[in-house]
Amino acid sequence: MLQHMLLNMEETASVILFGIGFTILLLHQNLIKKIMGMNIMDTAVYLFLAAKGYINGRMVPIVVDGIQDVSAYINPVPSGLVLTGIVVSVSTTALMLALTIRLYERYGSLDLDQILLRVKEDERT
Amino acid sequence: MSRKKDNYDSSHWLKFKKWINGDVDLLAQGMEAWMPGQETTGADHSNSSRPGNQRLEIYEAIREEELKNLPIFAKGFDKSVAHGLDFFRKAYRFMSVLLCAGIIAVLLWTVSYLPIFGNAGNPDNNEVSARYIEKGLQETGAVNIVTGMILDYRAFDTFGESCVLFIASCCVLVLLRIDAASKDETTKKRRKEAAYDRLYEPKNDIILQKCACLLVPIILIFGIYIVLNGHLSPGGGFSGGAVLGSGLILYLNAFGFKKTERFFTEKVYRRMTLCALTFYCLAKSYSFFTGANHLDSGIPLGTPGAILSSGLILPLNICVGLVVACTMYAFYTLFRKGGM
Repeated sequence: MLQHMLLNMEETASVILFGIGFTILLLHQNLIKKIMGMNIMDTAVYLFLAAKGYINGRMVPIVVDGIQDVSAYINPVPSGLVLTGIVVSVSTTALMLALTIRLYERYGSLDLDQILLRVKEDERT
Repeated sequence: MSRKKDNYDSSHWLKFKKWINGDVDLLAQGMEAWMPGQETTGADHSNSSRPGNQRLEIYEAIREEELKNLPIFAKGFDKSVAHGLDFFRKAYRFMSVLLCAGIIAVLLWTVSYLPIFGNAGNPDNNEVSARYIEKGLQETGAVNIVTGMILDYRAFDTFGESCVLFIASCCVLVLLRIDAASKDETTKKRRKEAAYDRLYEPKNDIILQKCACLLVPIILIFGIYIVLNGHLSPGGGFSGGAVLGSGLILYLNAFGFKKTERFFTEKVYRRMTLCALTFYCLAKSYSFFTGANHLDSGIPLGTPGAILSSGLILPLNICVGLVVACTMYAFYTLFRKGGM
C-alpha cells in the first residue's frame, strides 16, 4: 500500500493538501484564514486533476508537424476541467471576500465567535 | 590625472552620499504619504485647517466610537459559562482534528487503489480523449487541442464559466458598491469609513510609476498576444484576460483612479462585458443550430497554424478575454474603493 502511494506521489500530495485545507477551514476562527483554507483545497483538486491527465513521455496536446496519433499526446480533458475549476474558485473567493468585508463593516471583527456574539447582542437590543 | 569638479555642492555624488547617510530623502518631494504621527507631534498642530488634521479628527472620532462600543463585548461571562465554553472549544478542536485525520486516512487509502500515475493504459485515457486528439484538428481547426475542446466541443460549458465570472462580479458589486451621490445615512457612514481606510495610501510613488511606465505596455501586449494565440499555443481567453487585468491593476496602482477613469468607468465595464457575452451567446447558438440541423454554417476553418483560422475560436477567445480582464479589474476597484 505504501509503495503504491509512493508511485502515486502526486495524488498523495494532493490528498494531503486537501486535508490541510480542510483542517484550516475547521480550526481557524478568522474568516480570511478560512478562505485561505478553501483556496488550498481548490489547489489540491487542480493538482489531482492535472496528475490524472498526465501520461509518461508524451507531449502537450498541441499538434506539432501534423502528428495526430493518440500515443503522442497526453489526455486533454483534465486540462479543460482544471480551467473550469480555476474560474469557479476565483469567483467564489471574490464573493466570500466581499461578504467578509461586509461582515467586518457591520460587526467590526473577523473572528467568527465575536461575530456570532455580536449578532446575539443585536438581537437582544 | 584627476578631473577637478568645481561645483561639488550640487553633484550627484554628494546627493547620493547624503541619501546614504540619511540626511535627505530623495523620494520625499514626489510622494504624498500621510503618516499618523506627523500631525500630532509636529509644531503646526494648531493649524487645524489642513486636510490632514481633519482626517485625524475623523480617525479619532471613529476610534472613540469603537472604544465606547467595546465594553459590551469585553464584559466576559460567568466563570461556569467560561469553563463550559473553554471545554467546548477544546472538544471542538480535538474532534475537528480527528475528523480531518480520518478524512485524510480514507482518501489516502483510496489513492493507494488508484491506477499508477502516468500510465497510458489508465481508464481515464479512454475514447473521449482519443477522439479529441484524432479528429480535433479537422473538426475545429485549432492546433491547440485543449482550446479546440473548450471553445468548440464544450463551448456551452465555457459560456457558463464566463457567466459565473460575470455573476460573481455582479454579486461583489451589490455587496461592496458605495454610491457616491447617495444621501442615505448608512451609505454616508460607509463612504466616510472607506475614505478613512484609504488615508494611509501613499500617492505618486516615483519608483512604482517608473516601473509601471516600463512594465504596463509589455504586460498588456503580452496579454493580447496570449488571447490572440489561444488556438495556436498554450493560453487563451482566461489566462490572457487575467494578464490584461493585472496590467490594468498595476497601472491603477501607479497613477491613481483619475487616470484610469478616463478610459475605464462603470459604463465601459458594463457595455464591454454585456457585448462580449451577447456576442458569445449568439455566435455559439448559431453554430450549434447549424450543427444540429446539418446545415452549412459558412464559417471557414482556415489553414491550421495561421492566426486567422479555426472558425469561431478566435472571436470567442477575445470575448472571454474581455470578460475576464474587466472582471479582474472590477474586483480590484470594488474591493479597494467600492466603485469604478
